[in-house]
Amino acid sequence: MTATSLAEAQVIAPTSRAEAVDAFGDGSGVTVLGGGTILMPEMNYGRLRPERVLLLQNAGLSGIAHNGGSLTIGSMTTVAELEQAPEPLGTAARNVADHEIRAQATLGGNLCAPAGGSTPRGDLQAALIALGAQVKTAGKGGERTEPIEDFVAAPDGRLLLEVEFEEPKRSGYAAAHRPHAHAYTILAVCAAETPAGLRVGLSGAGRHGLRARSVEDALAGGASAADASQKALDDAQTQNDALASAWYRQRLLPILVQRALDDLGGGK
Amino acid sequence: MRLTVNGEQRELHSPPLTSLLTALREELDITSPKAGCHQGGCGACTVLVDGEARRSCLLPLAAVDGATITTVEGLGAADDLSPVQAAFDEHYAAQCGFCTSGFIMAATALIDRTPKASREEILAGLSGHVCRCTGYIKIVSAVEAAAKGDVHPDKVEPSFEPEEAAVLIPGSPA
Repeated sequence: MTATSLAEAQVIAPTSRAEAVDAFGDGSGVTVLGGGTILMPEMNYGRLRPERVLLLQNAGLSGIAHNGGSLTIGSMTTVAELEQAPEPLGTAARNVADHEIRAQATLGGNLCAPAGGSTPRGDLQAALIALGAQVKTAGKGGERTEPIEDFVAAPDGRLLLEVEFEEPKRSGYAAAHRPHAHAYTILAVCAAETPAGLRVGLSGAGRHGLRARSVEDALAGGASAADASQKALDDAQTQNDALASAWYRQRLLPILVQRALDDLGGGK
Repeated sequence: MRLTVNGEQRELHSPPLTSLLTALREELDITSPKAGCHQGGCGACTVLVDGEARRSCLLPLAAVDGATITTVEGLGAADDLSPVQAAFDEHYAAQCGFCTSGFIMAATALIDRTPKASREEILAGLSGHVCRCTGYIKIVSAVEAAAKGDVHPDKVEPSFEPEEAAVLIPGSPA
């Protein structure tokens, strides 16, 4: 059932993680509101009339915890708080929108946002995929932990609690320059040497962030960076949208992959 | 929901998912935050929430219950402008004026968190604000002057009585 008026929506504001998990249940009929930067326009324009809204700002889900070389980041942590996070996440966070939006937008929103219209969102996804992050979620069947690339492909019905990753030994980042502060990234590529090996993540190459396994496999097999970069096209699901054409992205992608790998060479 | 708006306690009755922008303009009749795009992309609705610049169109009322809100109405009066307001006047930083409230609130917060902000920091800090008259040079110069404390509020003379201006354009959404 869909409510027809904003006034009819039930707003629930849990004050603890346990309350949030309980209120979310199996997620049916629940709209989760993190920072609001993506959902509020939908409501302002009448495209979304939620039945039940879960307001998470006081649910104790924000903050960055360091534990040795490992970081655990709560889903309500703002993008602004991630600006100083380990690379390539810090750079990806600094490239999101402008100061005021970053101070309100959350990690969870960035990872759960569906493609808007036909524009891919989720600028942080490439970085976290490259970092080999694991996400902890709640929902039907209780809590579970899974690789981030699996989660962003099918986030529905899950309440994102936190993201965890090991600091990488080296990292690289390359992205198409955005024409305006508020445009989503046309294409961004992140690379990181994690304890489990070299990983490459893509934002803007499909409707959600993608892991460029073909590039990783080629590099592991001894291919040059130039040859491995071409393999990214095997992993991409590029589409035409308001920001760029699939044609343009396919030509840009190998170049950005190579730049990210070059950046990795000299990067920390 | 209860808010402190420009120093006054206000109780609001709009539904909890109404944007703060709509509630300010339509329930409280506070019209300096402008309704430009309703999606966070223009910056014209920027207000201070507990001292930090936020897009009022992107905040549901339920998320700001108990917060302290400041709009241009709460910054200064026509004969007692805030430093940023005075700098905008001195540098002719407003043309049509639609973006001005948002720029002034964002610049006020920017100078508060980065005193003596450089031109580069100002450009980065205000990058989410759009001026369709394209008067950016004068806006940035005004903010730069305010950041340096190079403002002269005593030189500013109110050019009109606000009551008169309201009569000039009857029915204007201000």
